[in-house]
Amino acid sequence: MENVLEVRELRKDFHTKKGLLRAVNDISFTVRKGETLGIVGESGCGKSTTGRAVLRLVEPTAGEVIFEGQDILQYNARSMREARKDMQIIFQDPFASLNPRLSISQIIAEPFDVYRMFPPREREEKVKELMRLVGLSQKLVNAFPHELDGGRRQRIGVARALALNPKFVVCDEPVSALDVSIQAQILNLIQDLQQRLHLTYVFISHDLSVVKHISNRVAVMYLGKIVEITESRRIFTNPLHPYTQALLSAIPIPKVGVQKRRRIILEGDVPSPVNPPSGCIFSGRCPFVMPKCLEAAPPMTEAEPGHSVSCFLVSDAEGARAAGDRTSD
Amino acid sequence: MSERLLEIQDLQVEYHTDDGIVTAVERLDLHLEKGQTLGLVGETGAGKTTTALSIMRLVPDPPGRIVAGAIRFHGEDLLRKRPEEIKRIRGNRISMIFQDPMTSLNPVLTVGFQIEEAVMLHQKLDRKAAGERARAMLELVGIPPERAGDYPHEFSGGMRQRVGIAMALSCNPELLIADEPTTALDVTIQAQVLELMKSLRERLATSMLLITHDLGVVAEVCDHVAIMYAGSIVEYADVHSLFTSPRHPYTRGLFGSIPSLDEEVERLKPITGLMPDPTALPSGCKFHPRCPQAQEVCRTRVPQAISVGDGHSAACLIYEGLVPGFQE
Ligand SMILES: Nc1ncnc2c1ncn2[C@@H]1O[C@H](COP(=O)(O)OP(=O)(O)OP(=O)(O)O)[C@@H](O)[C@H]1O
Ligand SMILES: Nc1ncnc2c1ncn2[C@@H]1O[C@H](COP(=O)(O)OP(=O)(O)OP(=O)(O)O)[C@@H](O)[C@H]1O
Ligand SMILES: [Mg+2]
Ligand SMILES: [Mg+2]
Repeated sequence: MENVLEVRELRKDFHTKKGLLRAVNDISFTVRKGETLGIVGESGCGKSTTGRAVLRLVEPTAGEVIFEGQDILQYNARSMREARKDMQIIFQDPFASLNPRLSISQIIAEPFDVYRMFPPREREEKVKELMRLVGLSQKLVNAFPHELDGGRRQRIGVARALALNPKFVVCDEPVSALDVSIQAQILNLIQDLQQRLHLTYVFISHDLSVVKHISNRVAVMYLGKIVEITESRRIFTNPLHPYTQALLSAIPIPKVGVQKRRRIILEGDVPSPVNPPSGCIFSGRCPFVMPKCLEAAPPMTEAEPGHSVSCFLVSDAEGARAAGDRTSD
Repeated sequence: MSERLLEIQDLQVEYHTDDGIVTAVERLDLHLEKGQTLGLVGETGAGKTTTALSIMRLVPDPPGRIVAGAIRFHGEDLLRKRPEEIKRIRGNRISMIFQDPMTSLNPVLTVGFQIEEAVMLHQKLDRKAAGERARAMLELVGIPPERAGDYPHEFSGGMRQRVGIAMALSCNPELLIADEPTTALDVTIQAQVLELMKSLRERLATSMLLITHDLGVVAEVCDHVAIMYAGSIVEYADVHSLFTSPRHPYTRGLFGSIPSLDEEVERLKPITGLMPDPTALPSGCKFHPRCPQAQEVCRTRVPQAISVGDGHSAACLIYEGLVPGFQE
């Protein structure tokens, strides 16, 4: 299937008081037309920075971001402005991302101002249409964000992101601030809109259950790296990276009497991205660490079609299998 | 035979705000047996923290006020105790862990000193013995005792929460109230803290009221569970019954809203509508505007907690025979 987005060796460094912070460390992935790619990982692993770098809301330090065949990192400001119509973002905290002084209709119409689209009459119609689309009552056109609850505010965030009819949307923790009953409403809305408008999503969350539910494929991030990427079902049935396994085993399952995964308790905390460990970034906490893990970073290896893992346990096994295949012919 | 440690009856707590009177807790009944871990589950604003603060007699007044009810601890009503008596119980026989450990930690004092102070306040120990106890408590929660001289900001979020646990357990309380102790933590760190709480509970035989909005945490840690909606308990059961046969429409709605990790579910079945305005709660059953089962009678009649099984109760008119049940 056609790739809408191809990210190659994307890197983002921040210069901090403590030194160079590599928030995104040479990651590559593709997103196919009409699919949802989930990005999951714990606080500070670089999910938001990845999402923003892909839209150039933060300027990547290195790499390529190929959107519909063009490397947008080569675009000048004017071409980028045009490209942004097709590439939008929904943020986690609907409150912080909405201007408190603007009414709901002004917020949703803001992108039309920026791009000087539609005369006022048509604009009103457009806003109403968007409000219908995301399930907001027309009564709220003149309300202000602070008068609304989190679920409705997030609907406004969705409406604004969709105003310019984008093809691709980064959803950065769009439901993390919401209660489960409201979270479920917004997840269903995001899914319905994808069907109706043929959208392609990158969906970011620290909640693996949410990511697995909404995504076709999932990338697991740790300390600026993608450690595993595969179909969302496989991430649960066949997790191969020790970090993915630990992450899965740490999630409390809301069921009783079912066979639960043996819990792998990781020692210690996530190391700082300012002085990441040399070798494999997970080596300091990995229950299976080997001497070579401290020396070199493991390559991304395809363990089964569409399932890649960055771990020596996997690359060694694949290497042995390939060698076995050669000797057997 | 189980012994009743805590019994809350008909509790009502209000906050008087500029927008009106918020009824945070209304007609709440709840009990906890000795040695039990009870999960108190509900969404934002359900009144979970207010319930916990009522037990601790820490509801901020103003704007808050406990208007009615009784909270019996070993049969004695905490709401009738004098402030000095409460001070002797709080932090000693009942202690609390907060969602943000910084609420209970003083940023300018070392963690060791703070635990020492808590110990000396309640137990007849000199500073040296209290210091030893503080270091032992830190070790118990997996923090090297030599870090007793460090300040709270020198610890990571997960470690700070463990310091909070060490402090709460330092006087060996009979009842530990934990208010969303892991909500702010990453899942691998949450797993560390939950494992710690489980093992400490067994070793110290502490009874626990665990407040959470995460049914996964409940399944993992609790033996009983109370589901709270808009200030009241709508369902109470042992964990097994609640997860295998939830009876209240709200509880069933919660389960329909959670994405599953181990099953393929195309679409979630969310509860429709929004949380009610706490200054104008719906009449009758407070869940009726969002309830798929609701009938006319639900608008006017307040449901009572009805036994629906062994130790399992639900406050819904279905079980009073006034509303048709679920179609399976
Ligand atoms: N503008 C910035 N300046 C300096 N450091 C930054 C900046 N933005 C992010 N970082 C750092 O980059 C790393 C990755 O941050 P990022 O926000 O991408 O993580 P995240 O996975 O989205 O985390 P969370 O789950 O907490 O949202 C963190 O160590 C963070 O502190
Ligand atoms: N100090 C206060 N002043 C005014 N209203 C308050 C105060 N504290 C709580 N409330 C209100 O009381 C109700 C119950 O709040 P409470 O904090 O007990 O809920 P909760 O179940 O703990 O929610 P959360 O999951 O968000 O922690 C809410 O409507 C809340 O806005
Ligand atoms: Mg983020
Ligand atoms: Mg609370």
